Amino acid sequence: MTRHLLSIDDLDVTQIEEIFTTAAQMHDVQRREVKKLPALRGRTVINLFFEDSTRTRSSFEIAGKWLSADVINLSAKGSSASKGESLRDTVLTVTAMGIDGLVVRHSASGAAEQISRWIDVPVINAGDGTHEHPTQALLDSYTLTRRLGSLDGKHVVMVGDLTHSRVFRSNVKCLAKLGAQVTVVAPPTLMPAGVSDWSKEAGFATSYDLDRVLPEADAVMMLRVQRERMSGGFFPTAREYTVRYGLTRDRLGLLQPGVPILHPGPMNRGLEISADAADAVDSVVLDQVSAGVAVRMSVLYHLLAGEPALNEGGQA
Amino acid sequence: MSLLIKGASLLGETTADVLVADGKVQEVGSVTAKADRTVDADGLVLLPGLVDLHTHLREPGREDAETVLTGSRAAAVGGYTAVLAMANTSPVTDTGEAAERVYDLGRQAGLVDVQPVGAVTKALAGEELAELGLMARSRARVRVFSDDGRCVADARVMRRALEYVKAFGGVVSQHSQDPSLAGPTACCHEGELSGRLGLPGWPGVAEEVIVARDVMLARHTGSRVHVAHVSTAGSVEVIRWAKAQGIDVTAEVTPHHLLLTTDLLSGYDPTFKVNPPLRPAEDVEALRAALADGTIDAVATDHAPHARHDKEHAFVDAAFGMLGLETALSVVSTVMVERGLLDWAGVARTMSERPARIAGLDHGDRPHGRPIAVGEPANLTLVDPQAKVVVDRADSVSLSRNNPWHDRKLTGRVLATILRGEPTVLEGALAR
Repeated sequence: MTRHLLSIDDLDVTQIEEIFTTAAQMHDVQRREVKKLPALRGRTVINLFFEDSTRTRSSFEIAGKWLSADVINLSAKGSSASKGESLRDTVLTVTAMGIDGLVVRHSASGAAEQISRWIDVPVINAGDGTHEHPTQALLDSYTLTRRLGSLDGKHVVMVGDLTHSRVFRSNVKCLAKLGAQVTVVAPPTLMPAGVSDWSKEAGFATSYDLDRVLPEADAVMMLRVQRERMSGGFFPTAREYTVRYGLTRDRLGLLQPGVPILHPGPMNRGLEISADAADAVDSVVLDQVSAGVAVRMSVLYHLLAGEPALNEGGQA
Repeated sequence: MSLLIKGASLLGETTADVLVADGKVQEVGSVTAKADRTVDADGLVLLPGLVDLHTHLREPGREDAETVLTGSRAAAVGGYTAVLAMANTSPVTDTGEAAERVYDLGRQAGLVDVQPVGAVTKALAGEELAELGLMARSRARVRVFSDDGRCVADARVMRRALEYVKAFGGVVSQHSQDPSLAGPTACCHEGELSGRLGLPGWPGVAEEVIVARDVMLARHTGSRVHVAHVSTAGSVEVIRWAKAQGIDVTAEVTPHHLLLTTDLLSGYDPTFKVNPPLRPAEDVEALRAALADGTIDAVATDHAPHARHDKEHAFVDAAFGMLGLETALSVVSTVMVERGLLDWAGVARTMSERPARIAGLDHGDRPHGRPIAVGEPANLTLVDPQAKVVVDRADSVSLSRNNPWHDRKLTGRVLATILRGEPTVLEGALAR
């Protein structure tokens, strides 16, 4: 297994499948009355969050605790630059406390990768700016796999603010590795720079027309759109965005029956996703949350447990 | 002291001995006279002392990153005899007194002529003109004005600045970058790689629209505009067109934009974070061609030292800029001379003669960029064109270590620098 998980690029298909296999075992543990496994007993994991997050931080915290790790949450809000301390000094200080793994969330793209060059404990990227969020992509694909079986040849449609989305960047890589066909949909102003060359090379399709792609989707993944983007001139009004790119009640009718609807949260109900879609029988939004814990348990286990077998001292 | 340089190839063209005494070139040809010191220059190229239109010496304000003295050392080691020190210090060089202070620090250091650049606007805020005329008539005789680090974005302010400096033969050196075409956190070239990396970028067009606007303003005002650190093929096209129209525009390119490309950012190493950003290979090719054909007049380093901790932030938070003074000649030699794009006379033109003329340093009591001829001031740079250099950032005489050339193999090396007859560098090391 990889030493750090900074990007989906760090994993090959075999490793992704290995993570899923372990995640499925962990998923079963979630349903037990006593959820603790001893796998990371005596290990200390720090969740170092330079950016606010409730769900990702709690998900990593629960995952670590169910593996018996000592999990400490450190919030280091605001850029270290503004506090006068360099990022390197902040990270070296935290690491010097004697830890076994660092889960990092930062508002700056590349922060996790930079950090991994400064310290010698495994670093897990819990979201770096608008770059990647690899555990989110893993849990999304894991959720889809449980729903659809193999993703080979399946058509996944991703819709939303692609420019500012780390979820999109990780997912497009993860889905491609698993053989899925991906179409990303956004207004031209929210397509990343150079996407036409990138998509050609990486093998995904782009579209400005949601209505045209929805009927061919095997799964649809809605991405969060921040209302502040309007002030940046990315689109005129929330109303117009919803009409053109929202998963409205009307658009649900364009989907084939049984097509799962995903959203990484937090949802802007009424903007990119209607209540009808969020609460539809085919919405797997809450499955994603529970899969998140299982996948993060699996990742922590593979990166931090070292040699001892999963079954040591307990059954999984 | 007299100095005899034996058998150097002058501008790579004719071989001759050069005798220097009393600050001037006394003899050129076959010299039989004895000198206090003789340098065997067989196989070496002699150039007029290099002139840098664009350095950041950080004093006053950030003396932990560089001082006028340490920056002067780096300049001398790089073969420079004159440098222009940008105004974005703390406080900003926006008054005559501030300009004289930098000028005096340069005289005290005594290794290169340090010519302060004045701010175009007060505190570089882009709103009100700084005291351009008082800087011009100060002891520092400022002729180049720039808000470098920031663009004079307001067309009205730029127009007035261009008009105003005509009274004393000044020039506005513009950091061409429309701030409204990128977010406040832009930190790299906007393109496929920035899209993949999730980094906010400046598109090339943010530079090009300002270059286009400014050449039209220069035509309208009949004034002179200088485009600092040109970085895109589109800007080159605009400048080429403007020159063909007879518009009074000049331009510079940095060594790093002649060789380094945006793909170096793929590992988020802030050493390569610079403004304007490293661009794709197509732009680099266009810049080389433009320097070779004269569309771009000069090579300027944009030497930008930073304390280590200012680069050890997340990429978007880290400081902009890279070292350049000590390696510029080697880079130009490697990129332009070795590939046959420029001969040594072309190096003299783009690194000494033209920059001196643009800055108004080619005349007056301490001129630079002059021919190597009897009676001219002995500002000279001696280069070993064959030397292979592996850059080691630890070897730098700068106070800072943000060196993008670390571990790179370059060809050509400065062996000696002579300022008005006095060696500042001999055998590749500081002589004093």
